[in-house]
Amino acid sequence: MDQYVIGVIVANVSGVLSRVSGMFTRRGFNIDSLTVGETESSGFSRITIAFHGDEDIKERILQQLQKLHDVREVEVLDSKDTVIRELLLIKVRNKTEIRQDIMTAVEIFRSKIVDYSPTALVCELTGETSKIDAFIQLLKPYGIMEMRRTGIVAIERGENCLKTVK
Amino acid sequence: MKISGAKIVVETLIEQGCDTIFCYPGGQVIDLFDELYTARDRIKQILSAHEQGAAHAADGYARATGKVGVVIATSGPGATNLVTGIATAALDSVPMVAITGNVPCELIGRDSFQEVDIVGVTMPITKHNFIVKDISELADTLRTAFKIAKSGRPGPVLVDIPKDVQTALFEFEANPQPVIPYPITFASEEKLKKAAEMINNAERPYIYFGGGVISGKASAQIIALSEQIDAPMGCSLMGLSAVPCDHPKFLGMQGMHGHYASSIAEDEADLVIALGARFSDRATGNKSRYAKHFSIIHIDIDGAELHKNINADLAIRGDIRDAAERLIAMTEEKKRPQWTQRIEELKKEEAARTASARKTKSGFLHPYDIVDIISAHAGEDTIIATDVGQHQMWTAQRYPLKKPRTFLTSGGLGTMGYGLGAAVGACAATGRRAVLFTGDGSFGMNLNELATAVSQQTPVTIVIMNNGVLGMVRQWQTLFFDKHYSCTTFNRKTDFVKLAEAFGAEGGRAATNEELEKLAERAFACDGPFVIDCTVDCDEFVLPMLPPEGSVDDIITEIK
Repeated sequence: MDQYVIGVIVANVSGVLSRVSGMFTRRGFNIDSLTVGETESSGFSRITIAFHGDEDIKERILQQLQKLHDVREVEVLDSKDTVIRELLLIKVRNKTEIRQDIMTAVEIFRSKIVDYSPTALVCELTGETSKIDAFIQLLKPYGIMEMRRTGIVAIERGENCLKTVK
Repeated sequence: MKISGAKIVVETLIEQGCDTIFCYPGGQVIDLFDELYTARDRIKQILSAHEQGAAHAADGYARATGKVGVVIATSGPGATNLVTGIATAALDSVPMVAITGNVPCELIGRDSFQEVDIVGVTMPITKHNFIVKDISELADTLRTAFKIAKSGRPGPVLVDIPKDVQTALFEFEANPQPVIPYPITFASEEKLKKAAEMINNAERPYIYFGGGVISGKASAQIIALSEQIDAPMGCSLMGLSAVPCDHPKFLGMQGMHGHYASSIAEDEADLVIALGARFSDRATGNKSRYAKHFSIIHIDIDGAELHKNINADLAIRGDIRDAAERLIAMTEEKKRPQWTQRIEELKKEEAARTASARKTKSGFLHPYDIVDIISAHAGEDTIIATDVGQHQMWTAQRYPLKKPRTFLTSGGLGTMGYGLGAAVGACAATGRRAVLFTGDGSFGMNLNELATAVSQQTPVTIVIMNNGVLGMVRQWQTLFFDKHYSCTTFNRKTDFVKLAEAFGAEGGRAATNEELEKLAERAFACDGPFVIDCTVDCDEFVLPMLPPEGSVDDIITEIK
């Protein structure tokens, strides 16, 4: 099973997220992550969806998405030609005996400490999924109090653009 | 000039060519019904007994004509009662626009009286749906709804209109003509060439078609293709009526309860050409066994159907009529005498097996005799509706259908209680006679629509194959569940003749062919609905049968 990342341009109307996510539920496909946000044009939003599956499942997902009235454009993003980013906010205990280790990890991963209190630290990290995963693994032994990850956003390199008009 | 939202709805419906609506009023559509009252000479309004019946009627209207069926219901329970009707239309690709009222925008989301999120509820069973919260978007939203419903692979669209949008005022100008569908996709030349090559090289081609041939108006093209390449044709339940049943190349429905010759011929083919069909589990049986011996060319207007249920060797997205026409031009005219001879053998074998499976039981009518006697009285234009179960399969196997859009049945969803509403809708649409074949189980689901049939003077002959049981489930229980007849024996004392009379219809009971003959004569001379209660044995089986998850290897043609 491979991971695929697809970009979906949708009309910015109420219920569109339900329609897209509902299609996955109804057809029995699993979503790894889904992010949605504005695009350069106000009438459209962009949904980035990551999922695992084989070629067959990927094709079925693309076809079913294209059938939705509010979906304008669907494209599989080739990982080689795509900038993929995810944001992580992670909270760990601020204890003297582990503070230096955490600081080192933060420095090496080019993370940032964005909140510092006597008992807790919040780190922020942006990067590809594998980098985020590695950072989390590293901090796990120190005790993770809470974490949030945004799911991925992606954009193609170079001139290629997902068009916004059907 | 500014007019109310309610009036905009009515004017837009008329603009879109809607001549009849099926409806049930209520509090949140009362303004809309007030405008319908004013427009009662311009748009026919048929009040059902239950919103589900109205939805099936709109569906029957659409299937019988190819036009978009329109149903209107109120908010809350009115809207949820449409759900089965909408899902039925969705699974069988029927163009429909369902309009519901809702509570005023300000009350939405507060669990107000008779409020339900019908857009949320119907999202997975519509092609698309809308809630209109701004009157400036009302007319165009309705137009888009019609456009979506009839474009490409047709389907139902729901438009939810809060009450305050119906009462608000806005400028309206009618369009000179109905919306035209989105442009259709045409099959790629390259792929069709490949298809033609595969067909030319095939020794035993077989055409498997579905309902897409009816909605794509491709009957003549399919027949011409079949004749040109000398290939037999079989179809799914939804494909029935597309091709006249007596065409020498037509073998009938294939699949779970399909014709023996049709299912076996398909299995012996080396190439299956699937046209406007979707390889439903009922048509294919066990998928890993299904396409063991043949290659598949799959042509469909809906790209999402390609490789969905079956991986085709060649999948082509495109309009079926155009694709078939171009294939006729590209393929060689060729006789395949060995294949044809084999088909003739299979037909003979089928006849022998059918005869051998038949048991004579006195005091009961045989289902095939019922279909034969009724069909002898009906015309080629008579609309044949069914409910769901054994009677549906017997009708599908036996009824001599001749013309497209004369057969209304719930194929995909398998909705018991579909037929009476559908017959009412189809008669209202065409002005022609209808026959409803039903069972005592299915008829019990929505028999309240008999009230509608009486008030509309619907010329429908309702033939109840009454066996006192839920026959199809009982058949499975007999064959696969050690005769544990769990909840399938009715022990009811319903007198369907008295029931017909109670509704203001006529009726009679038949246990012999002679009795049925006489009743059929009366029924077909009757201007309104006529109920014929036919006594059928509870252990009559639908045969042949491919057991669930089975294949042609396991075909059951006789129960000893």
